[in-house]
Amino acid sequence: MTSAPAIASPRRRTPRVPLSSTQRAAQRRRAAIGWLFIAPFGVVFLLFLVAPLAYALGLSLFTKGLATGTEFAWFANYIQAFTDPSFLRGVGFVVTFSLVLIPIQMALSLGVALVLDALTSRFARFSRLVIFLPYAIPAVIGAIMWGFLYSPTFGPLGQLFGLIGQQAPFLLDADHVFGGLINVVTWQWAGYYMIIIYAALQGIDPSIYEAARIDGASSWQVALRIKVPLVSNALLLILVFALIGTLQFFTEPAVLRPISNGGITPDFTPNLYAYTTAFSYAQFNYASAISFALGIVVFICVYIFLFATRKRGSFLS
Amino acid sequence: MKKKAIIAAVSAIAIALSLAACSGGGSGGGSSVAKNCTNKIVVKSAPVVTVWAWYPNMAKVVDNFNNGHKDVQVCWTNVGQGGDEYNKFQTAVAAGKGAPDVVMLEADHLANYQIQGALVDISKYGGNSVKKNFSEGAWKDVSVGSAVYAAPIDGGPMAMIYRKDIFAKYGITPPTTWAEYQQDAQKVKDAGGPLFGDLGANTPAVMMALQIQKGAMPFTYDPTKPKNVGVSLDDSASKDVLDYWGGLVKDKLVGVQDQFTADYISGVVGGKYATYISAAWAPGYLSGAGVGQGTDKGQFASAPLPQWDASNPVSVNWGGSAFAVTTQATDKKLSTEVATGLYADNASLEDGWKNQVIFPLNQGVLKSDAFVNAEVAFFGGQTVNKDIYIPAENAYKGFTYSPFQVYYYAQLQAELAKVNAGSETGSEAAAAVQKSVETYAKKQGFTVS
Repeated sequence: MTSAPAIASPRRRTPRVPLSSTQRAAQRRRAAIGWLFIAPFGVVFLLFLVAPLAYALGLSLFTKGLATGTEFAWFANYIQAFTDPSFLRGVGFVVTFSLVLIPIQMALSLGVALVLDALTSRFARFSRLVIFLPYAIPAVIGAIMWGFLYSPTFGPLGQLFGLIGQQAPFLLDADHVFGGLINVVTWQWAGYYMIIIYAALQGIDPSIYEAARIDGASSWQVALRIKVPLVSNALLLILVFALIGTLQFFTEPAVLRPISNGGITPDFTPNLYAYTTAFSYAQFNYASAISFALGIVVFICVYIFLFATRKRGSFLS
Repeated sequence: MKKKAIIAAVSAIAIALSLAACSGGGSGGGSSVAKNCTNKIVVKSAPVVTVWAWYPNMAKVVDNFNNGHKDVQVCWTNVGQGGDEYNKFQTAVAAGKGAPDVVMLEADHLANYQIQGALVDISKYGGNSVKKNFSEGAWKDVSVGSAVYAAPIDGGPMAMIYRKDIFAKYGITPPTTWAEYQQDAQKVKDAGGPLFGDLGANTPAVMMALQIQKGAMPFTYDPTKPKNVGVSLDDSASKDVLDYWGGLVKDKLVGVQDQFTADYISGVVGGKYATYISAAWAPGYLSGAGVGQGTDKGQFASAPLPQWDASNPVSVNWGGSAFAVTTQATDKKLSTEVATGLYADNASLEDGWKNQVIFPLNQGVLKSDAFVNAEVAFFGGQTVNKDIYIPAENAYKGFTYSPFQVYYYAQLQAELAKVNAGSETGSEAAAAVQKSVETYAKKQGFTVS
């Protein structure tokens, strides 16, 4: 990067020398063109992200009752949300769910990626595709499919347990829904994470392995001491993805709710609770507050996580 | 140079906006815009009124209407059954646009939308012209004082549908009291028979009706004093009924399957449940899903709803619906004409009751010989109208619903699911529902008594 100074960075500009008016105009024009290039993105960003967020934030500061009408209430909705047992239970669920799900997903995708990286047969290429396939299936379709697989009447579980004369457990009822959903989400995402790790593994210089072998390292040692540390950035990226995604858990419970026999309640996850509050109970103000409250929770969780891993992680800094 | 920059800026913004328009498009415009109709518009030049409804025979009903009218045409969409439609309608009401001109609502949901100012008083637009077709009680159910918020179509007198083959096999006759119902259930179970019934958590309206049957008064609400509401969901009658069903579940005498699901319907087809506590319109929904056909043909019969006190029978209701005109309707007079005229012609009503999709409230049909003496094929030729449903409808005294029925049902459903899971008793469920609904009502600004 020795040639870098040739392109003046904004900080290195020399403002002490007064610019002539033509120079200033040229600079302004260049800046304007720069803005033009980001304008398409900027407009979409403002219209579809910033504006709705601002609108929701505004909504969340009001209360509306069927019998009272709309009133400005400062942060009353937030106080209500953080003392609402439904919301707190939902947050508790997604946090527990993340703590169980993410290690399982990580271990599985890392394990598979390491195995596939070690093999070079045609079978490896085929397996890679098959394991990645669930990610290519839309989440809604996947959830409906699992709904049928879990069905006590139509699903294979009922028949399997019928063989030994037992009643199959319904994996979406209140007692089993945790495991049932862990399975669906792992199936859906493990392949995607596997591909990320696999890509990172492919980027490692093979001569490092060679050197390790010459030094007498076994395959296990190469995998655990060389490969895993070298893909730790990819692992960290996956962790953050998975953490944010799981805290906002919505699609699978929303799709499976009608067939869960009440195992999935309207306040099952914070996002589902916000959705029901808005679109079934018409409390858009409170629903906005719940959404922002969830945003705060996600921010705190991710911050804690990044803080805890700050020595290893570098992809965000 | 400057010119070029301006042109570039304008075109960039234009591109961005057109992209934005692409992704933002398709947000259903005004309510009178008739697009995506499920049916064909017969008279293309006539003004169009949009309708949401989920009757299984709605396609025929709409065709009958459109063929019979030159001045107005109906554009019908089925946006979902029950709760699915209510969620969409509620969102459209809150958004202030996107609602249809005319919407199908069950009687228990009228107050819910009326308090939000979402429904039009159709008596101002000639709605009273059809008043003569209905009983005083049926008309009162859709009115607040002199204001009328919907045109009634059908009612939901409840009875016990049962399987003759199962009853014959285990040597039982239809129970007349809930005590007998429990004994018979035990008898069938002891003999290794199927489940006797089902407590689906997702039909809380049934549980409310069964509680009212024992004397519960869930709500007191007078729409002329819309800020006061009485909430009494944990009285002894409500607790007794919930405990009764909780007990049946605990003893594994009834199933815990949510209703209207594929699993439930396949159970009904396969004879997994001996009885089905339901309303007069239920067979239409079951036979549409394949129940009562093939080897099951004619195996179903109907008997009066079991009672708590056989000497003092109480008749209750589940569902039954009406057409309401929304305040978002562009032409309220024309919409009223549709609300009062749709599903009101003889051909549609006949198709409806012959398939048990509706239990008509139109007096002309209710009193007609063909309806009274009809031998219903689903029930193996039983004259259920004369024997069961008409007496039940005549004895029905009407319910009072709350203006937050959707929220109440959601709470009751959640608690019923806990009862079904065995994590809560019926009494505990009643207390929990009372607590959450009362809290909600107060937050909404009602004076709760």
